[in-house]
Amino acid sequence: MSDTSHGTGGLTFDKTKRTWPNEMNILLALIIIVVIFEILGQILPYMNDQSFLFDTRDRFDSIFNEARLQIIILQVAIIGIIALGVTQVIITAGIDLSSGPLVAATAMIAMSFGQTELVNGFPNPKALFGTWAMDLPVVVPIVVGLSFGAFIGAINGTFIAFLRIPPFIATLGMFLICRGIALWWSGGNPVSFPTESYKYIGSGMMPVVWFLSLAAIFHLIMRYTVYGKHTYAIGSNEEAARMSGINVKRHKVMVYMIASMLAAFAGVILAAKSETAQAGMGEFYELFAIAMAVIGGISLQGGRGSIIGTVLGAMVLGVIRSGFTYIKLDGSYQLMAMGSIIIAAIILDQYRQRNKA
Amino acid sequence: MSEDIVLKTEELTKHYGGVHALVGANFEMKKGEHIAIMGDNGAGKSTFVRQITGVEQRTSGKVWLYGEEVNFAGPLDAREAGIETVFQTLALADDLDVPDNLFLGREKTYANWLGPFRLLDYKGMREATMAGLEKTGVKIPNIRNSIRNMSGGQRQCVAIARTATFHSRLTIMDEPTAALGVQETAQVENIIRTLKEAGEPLILVSHNMRQVMELVDRIIVFRRGRMVANLRKEDTNGEDVVAYITGAKTGAEFEGAA
Repeated sequence: MSDTSHGTGGLTFDKTKRTWPNEMNILLALIIIVVIFEILGQILPYMNDQSFLFDTRDRFDSIFNEARLQIIILQVAIIGIIALGVTQVIITAGIDLSSGPLVAATAMIAMSFGQTELVNGFPNPKALFGTWAMDLPVVVPIVVGLSFGAFIGAINGTFIAFLRIPPFIATLGMFLICRGIALWWSGGNPVSFPTESYKYIGSGMMPVVWFLSLAAIFHLIMRYTVYGKHTYAIGSNEEAARMSGINVKRHKVMVYMIASMLAAFAGVILAAKSETAQAGMGEFYELFAIAMAVIGGISLQGGRGSIIGTVLGAMVLGVIRSGFTYIKLDGSYQLMAMGSIIIAAIILDQYRQRNKA
Repeated sequence: MSEDIVLKTEELTKHYGGVHALVGANFEMKKGEHIAIMGDNGAGKSTFVRQITGVEQRTSGKVWLYGEEVNFAGPLDAREAGIETVFQTLALADDLDVPDNLFLGREKTYANWLGPFRLLDYKGMREATMAGLEKTGVKIPNIRNSIRNMSGGQRQCVAIARTATFHSRLTIMDEPTAALGVQETAQVENIIRTLKEAGEPLILVSHNMRQVMELVDRIIVFRRGRMVANLRKEDTNGEDVVAYITGAKTGAEFEGAA
């Protein structure tokens, strides 16, 4: 064996040579953004020395402004659940645009099986079905919702994997179909008044509990299971994955099904949280979910990124939204600013790719 | 049929629509033999390899591996039967590290009842990777780096190290050094010599005459989809082989073939 080859140094496993994980950069960005808002709060004349992060009311038992922290994570939790699925789809080098309308359609469908029969002693004014669908146990709306998600995901996956329709087109079609289903389901009327147990799964901080538990589960799945490894392999080099004997088509269908089931679950929770389901729900959710993934360092070329990155990306988006409100930036400016941040994240991603290639 | 024959094909044929990419290839390979397949671009070398390795389905003909007739439905079947292939286009996933690539599609796992969510045995795969690399003499500084950050030679070595890791019964290399520099080529050639010493049979598809003359026992030449020569290294030389490749000469046993 030639020992003169350059760049070779024996068979040692050197822990120090592992590269700085990308997630650290996002965490750093998150901290910087928080600091910026904190400083803006101090220097902007109309802010009256408020603090973004810290408690300003001199309570003994708290350092942070818990109310704001809770709102930050609560307002990204439901879209965050969608983002967990979108992350997996993007890692296979695909995209899923159908998740927002799927949230609405699932919310409508799930809520129809989660209604209570009597509201303040009177029959439910928004009842969609007869009494047979009233006061069902909470598992019914959950299972119905997840099944609907699995069904939509299977269609997405089949069109993309077997009929070779580009993911962008296939899920754009599904985007319109799902919005149509949401409108058609109850003729455009809201479906409201859930049972107590159904209300509970979306109440208070429950969406955050769901988001973080699912994030933990999918982090483990992506990292420590064959499913996760094959998902990365397909996004990294689909041809290599195929030649290695991975059933790429079947795997893609599975990824799209899981993504749609997560979006559907977000719909089930959103309906419970809002205590109503309306056909217009979930507007722009698919885009915010994609934005979370992209800000979290998921490469749109596939093969790279992690669930932790997406969770951090969700936090970045949450902090930015909350921060803009905190410095009293108008909603229209907020949208423009967030759009710019998403574009900046993608530019950064491509810059990183070029440097690594 | 004798167990000593590693691989035998009979009238192996592949048509892509109207294009006859491979016609009636009769091939035989003995234990421990290293055989080179040569020919011009489009002569049918890679097509021949793709039929044996199950990447494509042959139009007609038969294939035997160690005396057993085989019909591979896909590349994984061929791999399970013991045919390990280093493809011309590197079949590596850039974003994964060395053990992940070595074990892609056949990971070491536990808790298999979890189906697609069965758990990866990272430690086992790392140890087997180390053993495989050691066996082939491949040196890679950090096997947990993603493949993207490695040189062409290192990547090729990773692809080749697969063969050693899985105790293959037949190794096929499709132009393993085509994209490599001088030093990296030497590294790959050394690995091939190691395989020869270990008595591992090898089919080498190559354009590199010097390499072929140095490394193999027998040379098969393809031209326009047909086998036109079957030469023992001792009985031939570079000029002779070139004559077959260009069609100036055709082997006696293949008269009328091309």
